[in-house]
Amino acid sequence: MQPDAFTVSRGPEPPTGSPQAENGSLPTEQVRSVIELVRLLVRWETALVIALAATIAFGVGVSSQFLTGSNIFNIGLANGEVAIMTLPMTLIIIAGEIDLSIASTLGLSSSLLGYLWLHGWPMPAIIVFVLFIGVVLGAVNGLLVTRLGLPSLAVTIGTMTLYAGMAEIVLGSTIVSNFPARYTNIGVNPFPHTVLSYSAVAFLVLAVIFGAVMHATPFGRSLFAIGWNKEAAQYAGIRVKRVKTILYMVSGLIGALAGVLYTFRLSTAEFDNGSGLVLSVIAVVLMGGVSIFGGKGTLFGVFLAVIVFCSLQNALLLTNFPEDATGIVTGGLLLGSVLLPNGGDLIRRVRAHKGRGRFPSAP
Amino acid sequence: MSAASEVMEDIGPDEASSSRRLADLVFKLREFGIIAVLLIFVGVTAAIQPRFVDSQNIKFIFTNATIYALLALGETMVVVARNIDLSVGSVLGLSAYLSSDLFTRTHGIPIVGVFAAGLGIGLACGVINGAIVAVGRVPSLVVTLATLYVIRGFDIIVVGGGMVVANSLPNSFLAITSSSFGPVPYLAIVVAAVIGLGAYYLRSFRSGRELYAMGSNPEAARLAGIPTGKRVFTAFVVSGGIAGIAGVLWASNYGTIDSTAGTGYELQVVAAVVVGGVAIFGGSGTVVGAAFGALLLATINQALYVLGISSFWDEAIAGLLLIAAISLDHGIAVSLTSALRKRSLEHAT
Repeated sequence: MQPDAFTVSRGPEPPTGSPQAENGSLPTEQVRSVIELVRLLVRWETALVIALAATIAFGVGVSSQFLTGSNIFNIGLANGEVAIMTLPMTLIIIAGEIDLSIASTLGLSSSLLGYLWLHGWPMPAIIVFVLFIGVVLGAVNGLLVTRLGLPSLAVTIGTMTLYAGMAEIVLGSTIVSNFPARYTNIGVNPFPHTVLSYSAVAFLVLAVIFGAVMHATPFGRSLFAIGWNKEAAQYAGIRVKRVKTILYMVSGLIGALAGVLYTFRLSTAEFDNGSGLVLSVIAVVLMGGVSIFGGKGTLFGVFLAVIVFCSLQNALLLTNFPEDATGIVTGGLLLGSVLLPNGGDLIRRVRAHKGRGRFPSAP
Repeated sequence: MSAASEVMEDIGPDEASSSRRLADLVFKLREFGIIAVLLIFVGVTAAIQPRFVDSQNIKFIFTNATIYALLALGETMVVVARNIDLSVGSVLGLSAYLSSDLFTRTHGIPIVGVFAAGLGIGLACGVINGAIVAVGRVPSLVVTLATLYVIRGFDIIVVGGGMVVANSLPNSFLAITSSSFGPVPYLAIVVAAVIGLGAYYLRSFRSGRELYAMGSNPEAARLAGIPTGKRVFTAFVVSGGIAGIAGVLWASNYGTIDSTAGTGYELQVVAAVVVGGVAIFGGSGTVVGAAFGALLLATINQALYVLGISSFWDEAIAGLLLIAAISLDHGIAVSLTSALRKRSLEHAT
């Protein structure tokens, strides 16, 4: 992995004559330069590395099992799908939108996989078909958001419900679990020559690809431009609608891939597979330092947040913390990650509020 | 739809009043639209299966819709001010367990005391949300996503493996949601009155109108001297308090309360609010519309059940309805904006 590919953090600056200049109540030049300095010293990624070190220390402290190969396998296995789904979510949030339907796409692809397997389709054909359907589901989101101009928050609450409902219709109360062992083995065996689960390996590979695309290609850079200022991006010649549609299609594809992995890992296709995962996905992305307003964030930050999230959850389970209550830590981390950098960030955030909505682009 | 109100700011007082009448009319039509859909739905279902309109069924629909409609009241106040409260399901769950558990902990506790406890729990959660949003200046989507987890996690730890069962609850408590006047539960009447008060507040009180102003244009609202932080804080406290009360009612309605009570309610409530015509980015919509949105969703659920259509279709239909509602609202907003703009242009020339 090349950290350099990940750490290019700033999107393009907002256009000159930003609202800041028009407001007298903002700090003087001096104060601002001090804040800039502090921000450089205390990068969000630095904080995440410290959090990761603390988590590992905590994990080793509570159990000698924490750093064993089999536990690292478990960490990857338990959260691999969430980890994978954070990648397209990062891109979408940076572009100033959101996709709440991704976990429902996971559920629907899991249902379809089970249904088609029951109906005797060959497995490779099923996988290809399910991934294709994922792209279609993403395209529906993308078209509703870009062509009809509807707010993505509302659209994807709708498709989240719709896709979850379609999963129920496809599979009903049937539970399919007679998948061939060569596929379900991914829930038991690590990837050859490693201690990592298949989903964790998929995450690592995809993270490198997404990081490269996001920080080192014109397409990736255009996401930051769109997130900062959609109109300016449009006038700069970026095909905003097309870019966003592609993002949603990628999101659908990855959601479907996560559905396939999830189904094989649990060796079970059920209609409510993956329900509720979407909030974890978004929480991890925001913990990674991605701004909910769009335009700012790094894939490396999200990558670190994924590892912190997965290992902390695992470490808590090793202390016999009730599994369902680990959300308290997810939520706490999320709150901490938005409140902590408050000092220096507050001014920037106030600036970001001005002229830009509290949510991504209202129509 | 906030665009429509921005246009209104551009034009003089004379045209403003006629434009406002046009806007009012359109929004009223939007609400009648939900009622029309509701009536058509009830009519068609009843034609196929007359059992649908028997008093048992109607009572069931009302009881189900009541809790959602109540939550939708608080959510609407938050959403019109361009915020969102995703923690209502968790607050409901925590309040449902802790308040109903009082019956087993404290013998002979009056029911009012239990409601006070639920309200207190809800208000406390609302204060936390509101304070972080208003003082910490963190977007409410992020804050309430976090508190959704934290409050639910806290709930799970407090409940442990336990649950409150109907046997341990006094009959008079269970009767709150089950007793009815014909097919209409008393509770539905009370909640309808509360929603009426909420509607009156949002329509006619200065601070209520200010919530809409903040939703239309937060920056303009702030510059106009509206204490935006205070208003947002209050909206969250009210939403929390309502979720607390809804938790007690939930306990009374279901009788069995474990740590999963109210899971997923936040999105159902947001769905009801949006179907009811409240713009997700604030500035327009009414609590009455939101209440009808909740009623429509509850009616559809029950209609599918009565028609013998698998309940597996529920979610898909709710999702489609939601997307249809958003698209419709968007269409209305676009054509209303252009109609208003045309008017003000005509007036100017």
